[in-house]
Amino acid sequence: MAIECLVLGAGQEVGKSCVVVTINGKRIMFDCGMHMGYTDDRRFPDFSRIPCARDEDFTSSLSCIIISHFHLDHIGALPYFTEVCGYNGPIYMTYPTKALAPLMLEDYYRVMVERKGEEEVFSTQHIMDCLKKVTAIDLKQTVQVDGDLQIRPYYAGHVLGAAMFYAKVGDAAIVYTGDYNMTADRHLGAAQIDKLQLDLVITESTYATTLRDSKYVREREFLKVVHNCVAGGGKVLIPSFALGRAQELCMLLDDYWERMNLKIPIYFSSALTIQANKYYKTFISWTSQKVKDSYATRNPFDFKHVHKFERSLINAPGPCVLFATPGMISGGFSLEVFKQWAPNEGNLITLPGYCVAGTIGHRLMSAKTPTQVSIDQNTRIDVRCQIHQLSFSPHTDAKGIMDLIRFLCPKHVMLVHGEKPKMESLKARIVDEYKIPCCAPANNESVIIPSTHYVKAEASDTFLCSTLSPNFRFLRNSSRGHSGSSDTETAQPSLRISDDRVAEGVIVARKNQNPRIIHKQELPDVLGKEIHEVQGALCVPTRTANAIGKEDLLQEQLPLLHQLYLKLADEVAEVTVLKSEQSLHIESVVISVCHMDNCLYRLCDESGNIPETTYFCCKWSAADQKIAWRVISVIKNMELINS
Amino acid sequence: MKFTYLSEGKGFHFPPCNILQVQGFQILFDCPLDLSALLPFSPLSVNLYAQLEECYHACPCDASSCSECGSGQKRKIGDDLDVGSLISAEPWYKTVKSLKLWDVSSIDVVLICSPMGMLGLPFLTRDTDFSARIYATEAAARIGRLMMEDLVAMHKETRLFYGPEGPSPEWLKWDAIELLPTALKEILIGRDGGDLGGWMPLYSAADVSKCMQRVQSLKYAEEACYNGILLLKAFSSGLDIGTCNWSITSPKQNVAYISGSVFASEISTKFDYHALWGSDVIFFSDCIAADLIHKDEVDFTSPGAAAELPSNLSEEPDAGERISEFLLNHDEFADESKKLTFLCSWALKSTNAGGSVLIPISRLGLVLQLLEHLTFSLQSQALKVPIYIISSVAEELHAFLKVMPEWLCKQRQEKFHSDQGYFSFMDLIEQKRLFLFPEIYSSELLAIWEEPCIVFSPHWSLRIGPSVHLLQRWCGETDSLLIIEEGVDANLACLPFQPMAMKVLHCSFPSGMKLREAEYFLQFLNPKYVLMPEKLKQDIRWSNHSYSLIYYHESETLHIPRVKSGTDVDCKIYLDFQLCSTKMGQEDINIATANGDFSVIQGKIQLGIGHEQILRSRTTPLICMGCVDLQSLVTSLQKLGMNTRVEEVMSLHGSESTSFVHVVEPKKALLQLTSAHTIIIANDESLASVLTEAVQSILDCI
Repeated sequence: MAIECLVLGAGQEVGKSCVVVTINGKRIMFDCGMHMGYTDDRRFPDFSRIPCARDEDFTSSLSCIIISHFHLDHIGALPYFTEVCGYNGPIYMTYPTKALAPLMLEDYYRVMVERKGEEEVFSTQHIMDCLKKVTAIDLKQTVQVDGDLQIRPYYAGHVLGAAMFYAKVGDAAIVYTGDYNMTADRHLGAAQIDKLQLDLVITESTYATTLRDSKYVREREFLKVVHNCVAGGGKVLIPSFALGRAQELCMLLDDYWERMNLKIPIYFSSALTIQANKYYKTFISWTSQKVKDSYATRNPFDFKHVHKFERSLINAPGPCVLFATPGMISGGFSLEVFKQWAPNEGNLITLPGYCVAGTIGHRLMSAKTPTQVSIDQNTRIDVRCQIHQLSFSPHTDAKGIMDLIRFLCPKHVMLVHGEKPKMESLKARIVDEYKIPCCAPANNESVIIPSTHYVKAEASDTFLCSTLSPNFRFLRNSSRGHSGSSDTETAQPSLRISDDRVAEGVIVARKNQNPRIIHKQELPDVLGKEIHEVQGALCVPTRTANAIGKEDLLQEQLPLLHQLYLKLADEVAEVTVLKSEQSLHIESVVISVCHMDNCLYRLCDESGNIPETTYFCCKWSAADQKIAWRVISVIKNMELINS
Repeated sequence: MKFTYLSEGKGFHFPPCNILQVQGFQILFDCPLDLSALLPFSPLSVNLYAQLEECYHACPCDASSCSECGSGQKRKIGDDLDVGSLISAEPWYKTVKSLKLWDVSSIDVVLICSPMGMLGLPFLTRDTDFSARIYATEAAARIGRLMMEDLVAMHKETRLFYGPEGPSPEWLKWDAIELLPTALKEILIGRDGGDLGGWMPLYSAADVSKCMQRVQSLKYAEEACYNGILLLKAFSSGLDIGTCNWSITSPKQNVAYISGSVFASEISTKFDYHALWGSDVIFFSDCIAADLIHKDEVDFTSPGAAAELPSNLSEEPDAGERISEFLLNHDEFADESKKLTFLCSWALKSTNAGGSVLIPISRLGLVLQLLEHLTFSLQSQALKVPIYIISSVAEELHAFLKVMPEWLCKQRQEKFHSDQGYFSFMDLIEQKRLFLFPEIYSSELLAIWEEPCIVFSPHWSLRIGPSVHLLQRWCGETDSLLIIEEGVDANLACLPFQPMAMKVLHCSFPSGMKLREAEYFLQFLNPKYVLMPEKLKQDIRWSNHSYSLIYYHESETLHIPRVKSGTDVDCKIYLDFQLCSTKMGQEDINIATANGDFSVIQGKIQLGIGHEQILRSRTTPLICMGCVDLQSLVTSLQKLGMNTRVEEVMSLHGSESTSFVHVVEPKKALLQLTSAHTIIIANDESLASVLTEAVQSILDCI
């Protein structure tokens, strides 16, 4: 049994996340994203690599598809895969993801196909049909996909509805994190997951080496910059995608406006954003605790200061804040507004922390104002406005990734969704610090790791009860300075007491049946045979010297058995020597002073007893032979003092 | 496993209450209040106030505690029920009396199946001995809290009216009860007179919030692990928003507790019965109403409907599908819809005639359905009749309904995704045609109040809440309409408002599955045992079932036979078991001693057996079985080059013989053999181990 991971996307890169994992024969596709940086075949994962047996299609080859969240690099290729490639099996995503995904996909469709005039790979009808096949699930809801496969989403924080997914087949279990955030922000909580027994964790590693401080500082900074700009009569352009960041920033601004009693309008350029707000309002239970607590009085996504933007307002006088799509100023309306507002020194443009190369946003990030930016061959724009970089990202930082791995403690880790050199260094850290094997495969590479398999057994009640009984061990500190010499009455040897509950039982396996675990006592009943005890015994002589004439009076007073006890406790320190009235016990070895002249266990080579000899009768079960013979050699070689 | 049936309950509003003991833990299912027991109390009215006032002036004693005068005097002895027979005092509330007698501290877990099952919880949680963990679905907890808060708010009015009260009210004394008509007496003390102990004065709002802090809310199908060993999961029962059935998984058995479940639901998440498949024991606590049963039987004898249930259904490959098909392909959906349309038509008839409609129904799912139908009817007929929802928690409930898509059925969710609201009545709120008000006495309500109108307001017992006042206003109007649920004693409920000119419409809605459905459902689940309440025994004429049916009686504890002889354990064995185990005789049995760590994780017992341990058992056997055959021992010793002499000694009693095998050469040693023991006596280690091996080779060792 093994887990096979085929990375179809986001292997050593960011974009088109798609990992196909086969656990004990069940094949799951985690995410089905598209790469925003390409317009050719490379934008989609190479689905032809999904292992399909002869006359098997994707539907029968895959048990299910799981989408972690609504970002295009995680869901973008889904309509293509279901409607064009013909996958018809179950698809799972959380409720908010299902609600927001069509907005995201349709927005992409409009921008790419209608404006850029690209060849369409799927239609709006495809998007609708695809989403109809989706089963929406709730956090922590355990879904039995089929008889063996069980999946369960956990809160991931990244965007509304983002989830980490737990998948289990038989005894093998993995977690696919999707994108996640380990610290709460203003509108979303931090990722939350249970302690699970896992064979593999597939985690994102966008910030594999970055450490980030508190977000609140940067939020304050952002608010200050925006406030300064509008106070000076300037216009603020916030290019952003319709979902996620727009709502977060808007909540931030709306709240700030309320507190500062500002009356300057905040606009949304896209109807999509307004539509998305409706879903944010509805899925309030997926936001942070603070937001959740307040919904009964006022829904925080009921923005008070937000209005719809009219094109005519672009050049209207007076300050304003505008959220315009698409983000990164890659075209569309945000570019149009940028052209108008960029030349004015009083205006402000805020850029997200990450912009894809080739976009205007990317060029502005490295530029210093005032500068010139060429839009196309004929147009150059003077950029004199201020540029503010928003560096808060909804991804976890390196510490968050390490914390999550330490918490989950899986048997293997796989890194995806990151940049190769950074992933390598994170990989090294995981291997060094946690001693967990880690890999970071490239696209189209496949990794195989072993999976857990338990033998299903049935335990008897007697056995279970026996496991509950305490199993105390008294371990003597072997580095004892004095060996029971002067003050044995008071000097307590330093002891270590342990209670490792060890289950001792017998596994009985009949052919074609689950094995049973029973207690030793039950064996005769189960097998119909009596237990036969094989024991060893020996009556061991030891020399005794008479105490008369000796000065060592203290030792003289001790009984023989006690003298042996002290000796043994010293010599065989690794096992516990127990002493009772008549005998000593070491594991199953029982030692007592033998007073019988014709003891059965005495094998005398010489006839007659030597007066200075004391006999110790030892008896043990065959399993403890080794220790018994050590004890015997101790007895044989010691000299006791008779009183 | 033990099961105690504490209370049978009374349908939807008073679900059954049971205790299950499993794996040494006590689980309480639901802790409801019998709110139909409010009926003996008099609702507040101007008349009542006048009466009490009059009494106060006539008699110098305190009106509320005086049995000589006031209401006491007017009460007639005997069975005549009239307004005067009702108790005019602050109402108390009837809890499950057997639960009150139960040792609260012994309860480990409380599982809530529906918001109604929570209403009695604050009584438990305020007990300092109570330490159980309470689980409920998120929606049930939320709605339950609102229902309790609403109850406290409605009760406040009566407290204000009657003023503070002593610890034991006058009406609860035997001589006062003796004077009551039989119908009321029965409600007060039960048929056998034992219910008197169940009465409690209502909890406070603080008790409610303290109680809610202790409730752990779950999503549907979320795993909650109690004490590492019990896995608790709630699955939708389809009855109402947030209601659930519970599955309790432990290594010994899987148990399912079925509360009232409905197969067709127009509002809430549909009944998730697939998830309950594979349960070993089913506690069937669904409230199949007796009158419904007979009606069903008629339905099913109609040709075509009642196909005989094949006996080995669950073994057939497509059995699941066939059962699902049966369970979904029947007309319950249409039935309900027809009923609702009928109710709406009556409501509109009333408003058209100038009368108002009062709907004191509080089943959330039903209210929402009615609102949807009313909205549709009003819109289609372009009527402008205002709808008022008057309840202290109306606003909060409305806010909650807007943010809980996860708890609604597929059709509603589709509606949402297709860019409509889940509920069309919410549009009416925006159009200012539906109004939410916390209470009836508010200037804003009076300002926009218009009649005729349609009012939804609690409480269905018609004793407390805003509905009492509206009923007093409209009970004389022939065109007005009161819609109440079946199950409440309508005569008694309407008693204080007599004479009534107002029309009263009863409607019944399913609060559980039908008998025929239950038969299919249980066959589908394929359990080993099914526990059913005794009252169903007479109606159940099922044959061909593969499970054993056990009937239970109220206040009786049942022992349920064990399902498995042992407990399921997951063994982590690092080596191939076949390789390191001993084959026993000719039989196909492999045996090995196991020695490892034992852990309980998420309801599963795991046993980790390291390979060192198994290997060790290969070199030095731990357990030997069988008998040492003297002859073969001597032979094998001779093969080892030993010279032996055998001596046999009978024990004193003659029952057992001991054999001695003396090894003379090469070294002296002795073997002492009995049927159960072999003792090897040798002077040096190597000889001893050679002899041990020789003996063990004759025995079966592991």
